[in-house]
Amino acid sequence: MTVVAVARKELALYFGSLFFYALAAVFLVLAGYRFYTNLGFFVLMGGTDVARGLWQYQLLDVQGLLLVLVPLLTMRLFAEERKLGTLELLWTYPVRDVEVVVGKFLACVAVVVLLVAATAVHPVILTRFYPVPPGPLVAGYGGLVLLGAAFVGCGLFVSALTESQLVAAAATYGILFFFWMVTWNEAALSEGSLRLLLPLSLFDRFYPFARGAIDTRDVAYLVLFTLACLAFTLFALDTRRWRGLR
Amino acid sequence: MPGEPALEVRDLRKSFGRVEAVAGVSFRVGAGEIVGFLGPNGAGKTTTMRILAGIFPPTAGEVRVAGHDLVREPLACRRAVGYFPEYAPFYPDLGVQAYLGFVARMKRIARAAQAGAVARVLAACGLDGVAHRRIGALSKGYRQRVGLAQALLGEPPILLLDEPTIGLDPAQVVEMRELLAGLRGERTVFFSSHVLAEVAALCERVIVIARGRLVAEGGPGELARRLGGRRRIVLKVDGPPAEVAGALGAVPGVLTVEPAADGFVVEGASEAELARAVGEAVKQRGWTVLELRHETPGLEEIFLGLVRDGPHSA
Repeated sequence: MTVVAVARKELALYFGSLFFYALAAVFLVLAGYRFYTNLGFFVLMGGTDVARGLWQYQLLDVQGLLLVLVPLLTMRLFAEERKLGTLELLWTYPVRDVEVVVGKFLACVAVVVLLVAATAVHPVILTRFYPVPPGPLVAGYGGLVLLGAAFVGCGLFVSALTESQLVAAAATYGILFFFWMVTWNEAALSEGSLRLLLPLSLFDRFYPFARGAIDTRDVAYLVLFTLACLAFTLFALDTRRWRGLR
Repeated sequence: MPGEPALEVRDLRKSFGRVEAVAGVSFRVGAGEIVGFLGPNGAGKTTTMRILAGIFPPTAGEVRVAGHDLVREPLACRRAVGYFPEYAPFYPDLGVQAYLGFVARMKRIARAAQAGAVARVLAACGLDGVAHRRIGALSKGYRQRVGLAQALLGEPPILLLDEPTIGLDPAQVVEMRELLAGLRGERTVFFSSHVLAEVAALCERVIVIARGRLVAEGGPGELARRLGGRRRIVLKVDGPPAEVAGALGAVPGVLTVEPAADGFVVEGASEAELARAVGEAVKQRGWTVLELRHETPGLEEIFLGLVRDGPHSA
């Protein structure tokens, strides 16, 4: 399976680079710090609903950290190979573009899942002191994985457009922040455009997950967003190829 | 497929925007041949190589690789080809063996055969000693070998090698040349170069392109004969150099006279006549011919002549 071969190679490159461990450390330390302060706030306020009072805030914080983390993970996926010249070697092997794209996507999603899963240590610790209903957490973590996959898709697409990793990361931040901020200033938007823009916000789609609810429309949106990104990636690679760009 | 050429290129064209990098090139490479692809930098060699390797499609023209149409059956073509790109690119953070394992999986070598295939190319390319080193930590010569190893992996019947010796030191060039010579008869090898000595040493046939067009095709010797219109003699005369040069230039049939370290280099239309006419002219002035020898132009000059003068009919 060439998809697995591509994914294995990407994972080897992630786990072989110091940059990855630095990123992972920053992500996990900040997530831990937010858990500590969110828990403190929950206890101070004498909260009783752990799903609404604690996990909602914690999951939204992890979402914010993913927004910072993922573009730094995706930026190298195609840009680095293009810069090194290894991408053109890949095209001389008997593999389809889609296998390369899916392999890279799965490897990066696996890394995101691993990091998100590591934050599950927080509820595990809490269960020793306080009852934690698992349902809302499962929904929340499922949402984080779907959202993370959407971020990875977006980053993968942008990485396929350039040979500069910095440009790839910057542009991915631009796009993801746009999808975050698009609905911030509701008062400034007309009702019509708000109705048009609201469903587009990736982050508004995650909010119900953070509150412990799974809505199939949100799931469908995040999955479609990801698939569209993968399709754009294939299109970008194909277009560059026909134009003879490396 | 017996009788089927390994590579068949018909009226190949490739444009990048308004720039036409390859402007209608046609040639064939028979199975088992070692063919050199010559041209100055920017002639369209690498573009042609990349098209043959499947990296990007041609703008126009037909390409068949091992009997398969490049545009319609790209994967079948790629399966038949091992490609070694100029400045062999590599993943600096992967180990040699891990990288070749990855390539083996990408080339869809059966799982059970992968380890054996990797071990074979490691041995063939002299990489056994560095199998577990990071590619980024290797010397340039070893990295080129890794590049060649990935091309050889899976024993593709056709090898496309783009400037395989560029950037290597002389000892490494000799090693690489021996490696390639060892493939003679086993595989079809189509390799590009702008170093003529290399092509002359390895190839049975040479294809020369310049400015995106084919300018000559044939064996190294045949090309030398084809350019044979001009003859050249080297002459040593015991007379005052300025006067000798003037006198030689006035001899009918002489085209150019250039001073050289040990006398003069005289070019003219016909060898036999030229020697006689020059000899007589020297005798008339009362000087003596100390030395007179004929010189055959080397591939380097043939090549320069072709590239300067444009196409010579085949």
